[in-house]
Amino acid sequence: MTPNILKKNLTGYLFISPFIIGFLAFTLIPILASLYFSFTKYDLFSAPKWLGFDNYFKMFTDDPRYWQSVKVTVIYVFAGVPLRLAFALLIAMILNTASRAVGFYRSLFYLPSLIGGSVAVAIMWRNIFGDQGIVNILLGMFGIPSVRWFGDPLAALWMLIFLSVWQFGSSMLIFLAGLKSIPSSYYEAASVDGANYWQKFVKITLPMLSPVILFNTIMQTIGAFMTFVPAYIISKGTGGPLDGTLLYSLYLFLQGFEFFNMGYASAMAWVMLIIVGILTALIFMSSKYWVHYESEGGR
Amino acid sequence: MKSKSVKWWLYHILVGGFAIFMLYPVIWLVMSSFKQSETIFITAKSLIPDPWVWDNYKQGWEGIGGNSFGVFIKNTVVLVILTMIGQVISSAFIAFGFARLQFFGRGFWFAVMMVTLMLPYEVVMIPQYIIFAKLDWLNSLKPLVMPAYFGHPFFIFLLVQFIRTIPRELDEAAIIDGCNTFSIFYKIILPLIKPALATASIFSFYWTWDNLLGPVLYLNSPSKYTVSMALNMFLSNETVSNWGAMFAMSVVTLIPVFVVFFMFQRYVVEGISTSGLKG
Repeated sequence: MTPNILKKNLTGYLFISPFIIGFLAFTLIPILASLYFSFTKYDLFSAPKWLGFDNYFKMFTDDPRYWQSVKVTVIYVFAGVPLRLAFALLIAMILNTASRAVGFYRSLFYLPSLIGGSVAVAIMWRNIFGDQGIVNILLGMFGIPSVRWFGDPLAALWMLIFLSVWQFGSSMLIFLAGLKSIPSSYYEAASVDGANYWQKFVKITLPMLSPVILFNTIMQTIGAFMTFVPAYIISKGTGGPLDGTLLYSLYLFLQGFEFFNMGYASAMAWVMLIIVGILTALIFMSSKYWVHYESEGGR
Repeated sequence: MKSKSVKWWLYHILVGGFAIFMLYPVIWLVMSSFKQSETIFITAKSLIPDPWVWDNYKQGWEGIGGNSFGVFIKNTVVLVILTMIGQVISSAFIAFGFARLQFFGRGFWFAVMMVTLMLPYEVVMIPQYIIFAKLDWLNSLKPLVMPAYFGHPFFIFLLVQFIRTIPRELDEAAIIDGCNTFSIFYKIILPLIKPALATASIFSFYWTWDNLLGPVLYLNSPSKYTVSMALNMFLSNETVSNWGAMFAMSVVTLIPVFVVFFMFQRYVVEGISTSGLKG
């Protein structure tokens, strides 16, 4: 190795060294430690006690609350993410016109995404769904009997799902950018051939947008799995009513920091890591059947 | 023109109406914070407070447990500034390495970074907590601020994308003029990526300002609480059901977020559209 190449390598590593150090200290070592703790009983105060696979056995066979949290999370993710993306796409298409007011509307629709993760909004959501809240008043105006959102586990979960759908704004912005990059000549050609709105949507918009949809689906799915703040605030840290809002992250938090079952919580974290990894891989692998990349020949 | 204007009106009534519907909860929250605390739910149907009162803001500002809300805001501002400086500077440094320098293993480390981008925080949360507890760093800002100085994968990715759009001829010209690698970074690249640095700073502000899980884990004494924890504490003291004060302080915590958004909208929108930053 010539001194010049050595110097080049050293400079490169000097620049990325903060990342490497941070990755080792705050990601890799903690992940490996977490794997070790997942095989132990550990309460932070006494030394970890080796349990083998007991935590995992207990989780899958002997903890109804665990399965409840899985069920709640699956409903939350698989109802919330598609609804949110569909909504984001619909609004993006409506806003994808030449009107000058689009910028203004775009900002308004983005606002919920911007503030959605805050405690203030979770408190607000808690109150608009209260027994005398404005959601029930609105339902009453359409003659629908009011719902006791905090009285029923499923209703409470839907309250969280609505909160997630309400924050469609950031996906909408990404879709808008994607829509803008579709050449208008495609639509003009389709119009000449007599295609209607729906045909243009299915044959041009969806295929052209599919890489963006794929990216959004992955990021939103992972984000949804990690949802914590709304469930924590809306249920006041309990996951209630009747564990109806006990999202996976919230149960993991309770196991770790309320009951001090650090080992059990680590095992839960590892299962989550594996599930998120598998889901990401599945979404990527299935992408070749529905994602249309423009040919990138000559790159 | 006439037939077009009907369509125009219809479009704006529908889209504008839907926007108001979407934002109605927020408007309701703001208006309710000016109502008398006992009447908030009785008068939930009417939006405009009657009479307008400032009491909620006065009461809320008194805070909880002897700490005024000003203390919580000060704590949060300190946390935000320390985090933002760390995340933005270190991410720019790292991004320059990935985008411009040739070295063995660059592809590997870039892939590692992209994987950490997708990693759920929950996986590292418990061991990180244990490590920080062993270091005796609990109930201090250190566990929250320290990791910020080692780069943030989202910002590194954003900045790498941005640096790649800058023509390499600039670097080469600088080398001919006798610049070393560090001065290329400092004198050429850094001034040119200001827009992307602005985007990263804004998101760093949002995420730190809103963060609840980190402060809940690491801060114990109320005098160190951030605004999100203070609101959470208001909520657990709800037995008094002083809704007015809680709403008022919720509005106070949202104001900086709105102000920053309307001042720097362009950076926010471009940041999300080009990099897919979650927001």
